[in-house]
Amino acid sequence: MKFYIKYDFNAACKKILEEQLDKAGVSYTLLGSREVEIKQSISTKKMNLLCVGLGNYGIEIIESQKNILVQKIKDTIVEMVYLDETQSPLRASDYLSEKLQYSYGYLSNLFSEVTFTSIENFIILQKIERAKQLITTTEFSVSEIAWELNYSSVAHFCTQFKGVTGLTPTVFQRIIKKRRKLLNEETDNEMIVDTKNNKIKDS
Amino acid sequence: MENGPIHILLADDDEDDRLFFKDVFDELKINTVVNMVNDGEELMEYLSRNDNTLPHILFLDLNMPFKSGLECLIEIKKMNHLKDLAIAIYSTSASEKEIEETFVNGANIYIKKPSDFGTLKKILSEVITINWQYQTSGLNRDNFLMSI
Repeated sequence: MKFYIKYDFNAACKKILEEQLDKAGVSYTLLGSREVEIKQSISTKKMNLLCVGLGNYGIEIIESQKNILVQKIKDTIVEMVYLDETQSPLRASDYLSEKLQYSYGYLSNLFSEVTFTSIENFIILQKIERAKQLITTTEFSVSEIAWELNYSSVAHFCTQFKGVTGLTPTVFQRIIKKRRKLLNEETDNEMIVDTKNNKIKDS
Repeated sequence: MENGPIHILLADDDEDDRLFFKDVFDELKINTVVNMVNDGEELMEYLSRNDNTLPHILFLDLNMPFKSGLECLIEIKKMNHLKDLAIAIYSTSASEKEIEETFVNGANIYIKKPSDFGTLKKILSEVITINWQYQTSGLNRDNFLMSI
């Protein structure tokens, strides 16, 4: 048996955050899904405990103002890529500067300085990431995916996909399918070995 | 990890290729630490020693004596502590069949070795940059395939 899983990242992260903050024994208020306010000053020992606890889940505490703003840019881009076509903004630069209340020039320079890539490239990367997710978890055709992601044409989508990955969407899909099949076979073989071992033990 | 150096490991038996590679990273503006091993067996030994910092990305030559790149790839993917290591295949040949085989076996990136320094620099900088986004932006590594 196999199944796909859909996550609610915000719900999952909120739950983990609450658990770890409680565990570290600090009193706090959650401000939205990405900000935490700590009421009193926090001891280094508790802070370390919190960092390690959250680190196990791939959650990182960001302290420098620059990195906080870069993270906000990334979050806004991801949010934008997931908007449906009626809400989707015409220009990403307007959307970002309006949401974050900084000029696009400032955001753009800061982003390149910290991440080694540009906002434009990051948006393309996130769109292709969403396309990959649709390719591997749904039965959508290539043209349906192009439509879903607001590309002006299937050809434009395929060119951009190939530009980022070096592969066409179809080849990408075939490789992921084969890889999954190989992994499934390996797990099946392990199970066969296991049952054999058990039998040996039993006899 | 946020602003620390990027750790890079290269496994390649060709000395010229290793020098070329090192020169590129010396010239790039990205803060990197590059380590090298000369063949597949040395690589597996390096990765199983505890005192070495695990690399963020491994560049793996396919044609190496003693243990080929593909054999290393398959072994690495079976080791639990290396499951998340990004692997870039670094090879002179690039038949579609070979590319697909390495991807299916768990490689993330396939690089056809270019003949000139300028192209190599451009390619490696692009690979490092994209890999860095996967490391820092919560992208799904299972879907990270790139052929260049």
